[in-house]
Amino acid sequence: MSTKSILEVKNLHAGFGSTEVVKGVSLSAQYHTVTAIIGPSGCGKSTFIRCLNRLHEETSGAFANGQVWLENTDIYAKNVDPVSIRRKVGMVFQKPNAFPSMSIFDNVVAGLRLAGVKRHSILKEIVEQSLISAALWHEVKDKLNAPGTSLSGGQQQRLCIARALAVEPTVLLMDEPTSALDPISTAKIEELMTELRKKVTIIIVTHNMQQAARISDQTAFFLSGDLIEFGETSQVFTAPKMDQTERYITGRFG
Amino acid sequence: MSNFRLRKRARREIHLGDLVFSYFLRALSFGLALLLAVIGFFLFRGAFASISRYGWSFVTESVWDPVQEVFGSAPVLYGTLVSSLIAVSIAAPLSVAIALFLNEVVPPKIGKTIGFLVEMLAAIPSVVYGLWGIFVLAPWLRTRIEPILAQDLGWIPIFSGPYYGVGMLAAGLILSIMIIPTVFSISREIFKTIPTAQREAALALGATRWEMMKISILGSSKSGIGGAIILGLGRALGETMAVTMVIGNRAEISASLLAPAQTMASVIANEYAEATSDIHLSALIEIGFLLFVVTFIINAFARLFILRETKS
Ligand SMILES: Nc1ncnc2c1ncn2[C@@H]1O[C@H](COP(=O)(O)OP(=O)(O)OP(=O)(O)O)[C@@H](O)[C@H]1O
Ligand SMILES: [Mg+2]
Repeated sequence: MSTKSILEVKNLHAGFGSTEVVKGVSLSAQYHTVTAIIGPSGCGKSTFIRCLNRLHEETSGAFANGQVWLENTDIYAKNVDPVSIRRKVGMVFQKPNAFPSMSIFDNVVAGLRLAGVKRHSILKEIVEQSLISAALWHEVKDKLNAPGTSLSGGQQQRLCIARALAVEPTVLLMDEPTSALDPISTAKIEELMTELRKKVTIIIVTHNMQQAARISDQTAFFLSGDLIEFGETSQVFTAPKMDQTERYITGRFG
Repeated sequence: MSNFRLRKRARREIHLGDLVFSYFLRALSFGLALLLAVIGFFLFRGAFASISRYGWSFVTESVWDPVQEVFGSAPVLYGTLVSSLIAVSIAAPLSVAIALFLNEVVPPKIGKTIGFLVEMLAAIPSVVYGLWGIFVLAPWLRTRIEPILAQDLGWIPIFSGPYYGVGMLAAGLILSIMIIPTVFSISREIFKTIPTAQREAALALGATRWEMMKISILGSSKSGIGGAIILGLGRALGETMAVTMVIGNRAEISASLLAPAQTMASVIANEYAEATSDIHLSALIEIGFLLFVVTFIINAFARLFILRETKS
């Protein structure tokens, strides 16, 4: 890991009210890599990943401090507008959350419209590209005007991926993107990620060890808000340095 | 008794209780529907003399003269319609904005407190609104607002002519305050049913707070808000006391909002006690019947809209 990092988190603390949920986490990710975040339920994975696009602070009572360097900006610096960060750092959630009042087309271009893109020809082209990137184009190309929520769960999740990709983010955050999906949709999305990494840097939270092992380059193991171990995925899974990591990945606790 | 039989008996008792309760509820709801029909029927019967004597001219004619036994209700239909439309056009955007603000912008605790206060507006008796209208609103309109309207905008027909404080404008304003709680609380209930995931979807795409509200909140609650507004309209149409006190009670159609007017509800309230002839009484009941039918239809529509929204 010699190349320059696209994302570098330094001593990040975050929580709700007076409870600290992420307790001083530091890690970094290189361009075009996939970083998996694993750990038992409630250990702060979602909270952590939601700090990376400053979505965490939208929950009332939430706090976050520390540094998160995205290329050359610390997104927690005082003069930084969270809205501009969220255009560069896309997010896919655990449950598909397509906008029910919008068609498939409008869902995909929602972010672009927010960014002020109006030309229909451009929008049309990006819709096709994004849906192709999200491996959904062939299934929906004849019904782009159907409501986004008329698709199946797995399709909706890919629609959400397309929606996130349409604005060309540099980093894509995925919080358990396949946990609500069937094995076939899951396989599709995993396959997709190996393609996507050519364009974006991916940070993915997952409860599925095999998934983490299959798709990620590096793995971070969280336990009660602490980053216990962070390293190359093959190392973390085959020769974990920490005792707790080993116990977790062999299923002996958590 | 064996354990088995005990349990069986308990189950039967629960079952019986459920059954009785369900029959009770069914009887109750049937009874209420029946009551509605009965009220409609009696109104119709009371109005029959007027309906058969005046026919359609009752709603198309605009002279209302009990002494000559001439009854044209167009002015009061007009008064009801216009005062309610003024009320809705002020209250609807305001209520939706307040609901959005309290639900999406301020911290939940403050939102709840202010929301409670707004809903308390509904608890103020109508006659108290009326008193406030007479002693505060109307004088304020007459001395501060209407002179300016008449002077600067008097060339527009709706602000032309003499002004008295009381009149269509005062009625519309007071009605708008009275229907805010209705539109507000239903809109807020609808906003509350929208999952956080929808808000986060927009925010994560780089939406500002306002854009998020447009996409995630307003975008998916259009028909529900429509329903809330129609329900508010229904309230405004039938509101009686406060309107009667501030509208000036003159059964004339005037383009000017500054002029006195009269509504269906206020003509009934004003004249019922002194209606001596049978036909006058019957004419008033016919107005009541019309009001009943219109508000019933409007409310049914509104509930249909809202139901569709909260279901999906
Ligand atoms: N809105 C909230 N308000 C208060 N506490 C919260 C809130 N959301 C999460 N928490 C707490 O923060 C801690 C970490 O939650 P988080 O969602 O980050 O865990 P997680 O690792 O993503 O778990 P899971 O694997 O179940 O998704 C938990 O103890 C949780 O109870
Ligand atoms: Mg989580």
